[in-house]
Amino acid sequence: MMSALFSSLLVLLAPSSGLIHLGWADVLIIVIYFVMVLGIGYYLSRYTKTGDDFFLAGRKMTMWIAGLAFISANLGSLELMGWAASAYQYGILATHWYWIGAIPAMLFLAIVMMPFYYISRTHSVPGYLKLRFGEAARMLSAISFALMTILMSGVNMFSMALVMKVIIGWDINFSIWVSSLTVLVYVALGGLLSAMFNEVLQFVLIWAGALLVPIIGLMEVGGWKGMVARIHENFPHGDYTHLWSTLGHFKDNPMGIQWTGIVFGLGFIISFGYWTTDFLVVQRVLSAKDLRSAKMAPIIGSAFKMFVPFIVILPGLLGLAVMPGLVGQDQAAATGAASYNEILPLMMARYLGPGLLGLGITALIAGFMSGMAGNITAFSTVWTYDIYKPIHFAITGSEVEDKHYVRMGRWATIVGIFVSIGTAYLVEHAASIMDYVQALFSFFIAPLFGTVILGMLWKRATAAGGFWGLLAGTLSSIGMWAWVRLDPRALSIIAGSPDAKAMAEDMYRALWSWLICVAVTIIVSLFTRPKPEAQLVGLVRGCTEIPSEGHLPLVQRPIFWATAVFVVFIILQIIFW
Amino acid sequence: MHEDHGISIWFFIGSLLVVYGLIIVIASLPALFSAAAAPHVVMAHLHAGLWWGALMLLLGIFYVVSFWPDKKDHPKHQQ
Repeated sequence: MMSALFSSLLVLLAPSSGLIHLGWADVLIIVIYFVMVLGIGYYLSRYTKTGDDFFLAGRKMTMWIAGLAFISANLGSLELMGWAASAYQYGILATHWYWIGAIPAMLFLAIVMMPFYYISRTHSVPGYLKLRFGEAARMLSAISFALMTILMSGVNMFSMALVMKVIIGWDINFSIWVSSLTVLVYVALGGLLSAMFNEVLQFVLIWAGALLVPIIGLMEVGGWKGMVARIHENFPHGDYTHLWSTLGHFKDNPMGIQWTGIVFGLGFIISFGYWTTDFLVVQRVLSAKDLRSAKMAPIIGSAFKMFVPFIVILPGLLGLAVMPGLVGQDQAAATGAASYNEILPLMMARYLGPGLLGLGITALIAGFMSGMAGNITAFSTVWTYDIYKPIHFAITGSEVEDKHYVRMGRWATIVGIFVSIGTAYLVEHAASIMDYVQALFSFFIAPLFGTVILGMLWKRATAAGGFWGLLAGTLSSIGMWAWVRLDPRALSIIAGSPDAKAMAEDMYRALWSWLICVAVTIIVSLFTRPKPEAQLVGLVRGCTEIPSEGHLPLVQRPIFWATAVFVVFIILQIIFW
Repeated sequence: MHEDHGISIWFFIGSLLVVYGLIIVIASLPALFSAAAAPHVVMAHLHAGLWWGALMLLLGIFYVVSFWPDKKDHPKHQQ
């Protein structure tokens, strides 16, 4: 009976039509993974009773759980495969998205912003905007976030299913339904608690499954120097192994970008916008058991983030050394050649034998599921607390008991998953939707950072200033995006050079929309009446007493570890300059 | 994992590492005794599955023992 069942699974999970063929050990590893995450969800359902349990994991998480879940929710499979492919396409420049595009912002979140998020006892980032700027700013932020999060989840779902079809030969419907229903079950049962515990498990699996590829790869090519020599041999006219020295001009590097775009657009605006205001990641930190844990969690996350290039960027670079000749997706579809978009699974197939290959594929599935669970838990929280609750209150004029919101959170999880599945099928039939959804998401990140940071650091910012600044920044971002679509020459105006390429567009659009948001917020605030300082306690620097850490030993202070991570970050920039 | 939530997440992770380590070691053993059973991968002579599987197994045993549910004093991993 059991052997018949396993034979059926083997046929289903190991078809012969993909680039990779899985054996019995690989299939067994994948099946055990699904059983484990469902088991954890079922086990934790008994601990999920109140709204705080379901939406914020009871606010009892240790710094390690919060920190690893924080980084794992970001480490989706598309993040893994996408940046490995970018490393093949652009070389080591892709590392900027892990280093300057993440580390300073994560440390800033920990040291500067976390106290206000945590002390205000908000459930969400839009919830903070409600406390600081009022209902209008909260609603604008909540609706845009909920909509975009759920659509992005569907886009990612389809992309993952497509990769599984190409790599292993899995049917697209099978991938979409099995993985999303698994996420649905464990999130609906255990809420954020279950999502976070599974994210920690998934984080370990991602490293266990992906770490061996760069290790064996480096052994094959003779270490870092051997790899660089081979890349120069394969691509004598390009520089793929220097992080900063090729960023003097747009024409000097394969990405078509200049250092100002990387430093100010990516390193300041996009990175700070994502890591400090995207509720998908911030929610994990809000679940910490105390302020010190909440501050330490992003620092722990940043330390691990700094080394993710080892399992993502390095396989892409090794691909340049040992598998030259891979082409872009369009060319691959036309010629039947292999695409660099699949470089990470291709490298897994190159080095990983029986069992290890299943572990590698499980790492990709785990990455996808942690990213999706991140989207769904953030969506259900924002929907329940920031959209449904105020509307319900406005209609009925009364509060309802906590259990009502937990029920709503579970329903939001279920509906969110099905909307994501619907989006995935929509994308399947109209691929261009994917580009639009991804662009839409980027519209809100940079202005939101402008609004939140002014709200936290400037007492004089008013409710009207916050709302109009956010709206103006978002609309200007949409306007610039549409301008470039209608007239591609506009890119040279936005980026400041006719040599700028598409990758530079996001950086400079983010920078401009942030500046517009900040300018409008300041101007409108100066002409409107600010809140009395008594109402800003716990929300704004200068009005809030931040608990001192002076009594703690040095090694227990978050600022000590943030400094240590920052020093390592600087050293890495110098080494790979 | 916080103590309120019963079995530690590190116990679950340890258990999974033990099971995975065993499966990978068993699946990699034939290649050690027969060249014909070697997987068709680059650097197959390293027998990466064996030592990686063994490493996972050892790490898994460490976590399972350290975070066994009945143990009263779990290591202070959450400091």
